[in-house]
Amino acid sequence: MTDAVLSVRNLVVEFPTRRGILRALDGISFDVGPGEILGVVGESGAGKSITGSAIIGLLDPPGRIAGGEIRLKGERIDNLPTERLNRIRGKRIGMVFQDPLTSLNPLFTVGQQLAETIQHHLRLGERESRQRAIDLLAEVGIPAPEARIDNYPHQFSGGMRQRVVIALALCAEPDFVIADEPTTALDVSVQAQVIQVFRRLCRERGTSAILITHDMGVIAEAADRVAVLYAGRIAEVGAVRDVLKRPLHPYTQGLMGSIPSLTGEGERLVQIPGAMPRLNAIPEGCAFNPRCPRVMDICRRERPPLIDADGACVTCWLYDERTEQPPAREAPAVGRPA
Amino acid sequence: MVGPAPADLVARREAASDSVVEVRGLVRDFDVSASWLHRTLSGEPRRVVKAVGGVSFDIRRGETLALVGESGSGKSTIAKMVVGLLPPTAGSIRIDGTDIWDPANAPKLRDLRRRFQMIFQDPFASLNPRWRVRDIIAEPLDVFGITRGRATRDRVGELLTTVKLTPEDGEKYPHQFSGGQRQRICIARALASEPEFLVCDEPTSALDVSVQAQILNLMRDLQDRLGLTYLFISHNLAVVRHMADRIGVLYLGGLAEVAPAKAMFRDPRHPYTRSLIDAIPDIDMTGRERTPITGEIPNPLDPPPGCTFHPRCPFARERCRREVPRAFAEASGALVACHGVEEGWVGQAPAGQKAV
Repeated sequence: MTDAVLSVRNLVVEFPTRRGILRALDGISFDVGPGEILGVVGESGAGKSITGSAIIGLLDPPGRIAGGEIRLKGERIDNLPTERLNRIRGKRIGMVFQDPLTSLNPLFTVGQQLAETIQHHLRLGERESRQRAIDLLAEVGIPAPEARIDNYPHQFSGGMRQRVVIALALCAEPDFVIADEPTTALDVSVQAQVIQVFRRLCRERGTSAILITHDMGVIAEAADRVAVLYAGRIAEVGAVRDVLKRPLHPYTQGLMGSIPSLTGEGERLVQIPGAMPRLNAIPEGCAFNPRCPRVMDICRRERPPLIDADGACVTCWLYDERTEQPPAREAPAVGRPA
Repeated sequence: MVGPAPADLVARREAASDSVVEVRGLVRDFDVSASWLHRTLSGEPRRVVKAVGGVSFDIRRGETLALVGESGSGKSTIAKMVVGLLPPTAGSIRIDGTDIWDPANAPKLRDLRRRFQMIFQDPFASLNPRWRVRDIIAEPLDVFGITRGRATRDRVGELLTTVKLTPEDGEKYPHQFSGGQRQRICIARALASEPEFLVCDEPTSALDVSVQAQILNLMRDLQDRLGLTYLFISHNLAVVRHMADRIGVLYLGGLAEVAPAKAMFRDPRHPYTRSLIDAIPDIDMTGRERTPITGEIPNPLDPPPGCTFHPRCPFARERCRREVPRAFAEASGALVACHGVEEGWVGQAPAGQKAV
């Protein structure tokens, strides 16, 4: 895809430690098209958040990008010096973190923080910035924005704060937004509201986004495509409906089956035996092979490439033409009932 | 599976619909006033948060009652009072007919305490990092004088096997285990005193979904095998639906609705239950219409008068603003605290939002 807003190719992130180098991300590739929301989903330690931090250049030391490239509208951003990166962060890439309280300064009013960001990135005057901040607060659904703009973060509830953070991420009209677990700290009823706001704003402004979450429900609600990560590698990328309804990778199939259904008869949940490997003990071949119910010989020897299968991409030997049984895409036995 | 259920337990579970736990008019206030000096100088009154305001429910033998609610609804406060970790301000909790907070029952309590245990949310905080796992699990055996010496060692190994760990794991320390394995250790410890009733406060909230599935399956197996009764506390409606026989929905310290699990999802009665079910992300992608609930939970320091849900309720009328609704039993067996449902102006759930 050449018109991708964000393009990640073979991204490798390493953490050098005293006991050797840990690979947190190992050859991640994906594209995010214009106006598209890509969900990045995985369990703890799969490398979701690291993906977000690597893109925006905020890896915690000693973490470093050890290979691959990240392009924003064709321009490489993974090897920029800090000063140039600073002009991209906030201006061209907005960021929404999990806990809104850590993104907002408790000592300044919401209006001051919004106006400062707008002034800095858009070079607007004080009065215009303030007006713009009020408009933004109205857009994210904060009632009476003219009055609320002079409130401090602690005067807002959790859901309202996260709306402010979304406004902050979007105020410089970035090309791209990274939202890292934006609704995890919120209650279900508020979560639904915040997801709607996020999705609507990205749609209206044509902003592309990465939505990092562990919650398949959030992915189903907000994303267009989804990348499933496992042990720092991509298991599967595809349209949300395909991946959720008819997952290809045995890991995704297990993952979907392990989520309690809202409609079934309360049958036993699918269990994936074992746990995700630690970074210092990733097995040879496919990282999922010791837990995989359909493991073959080749899975233990060779790492599967990203294989095109039925519109999606999956890293699993089952879908390689060279293996004997090319399975047609069908509702898997272990998946959730349709 | 952990093996077939002993016949007598199954018989007991099926024949008996008697209540293990009876909670009546449970109230818990927390005093959050500033210090006396501060109040005197600035003329502030005392401030009291009503975390739980008059909750009543029964848990029948062998069933799972789930309490579900958003943060601040009083779920965990109720759990702590039921296991005896937090004294109630008013009301009573009877376990097997004995009021656990009545001082007159104190002598009986030691024996009773063996029979109910708790599993906590955070398996990283609820295991002593300096103790070996075998000592952690042996502690209840020791405290209640159930076994000693060699028998204890055998029993610990047995308990570890029950939760799908190995007896050798007993030699390790908690930090050597993953979150899911630690939660298994917590379950093994809770089972050590052979309880009949377990209070599980968000037992899987700290775990990934695939690990959550392992723990939920284990808990169901144990219930089948040992005839356990669960009070299951969670904010996750899908998990609650999977685990519970009956569900109580809490809102701001009060029960809005108590109903059988499947019936509640098929036909939620209380407007809050409806909007809560409506707010669950549609993971089956059925394209069902969703109307997210507006507003947020009010400040419990200053709860709205009348029905506490009325500022967010799409059906609210004048009576809801004045009068606190009392729970009434519907023909279906659901208990609902809503004027609108009682008087019939909150209609059936629209066809679009019913489960498929």
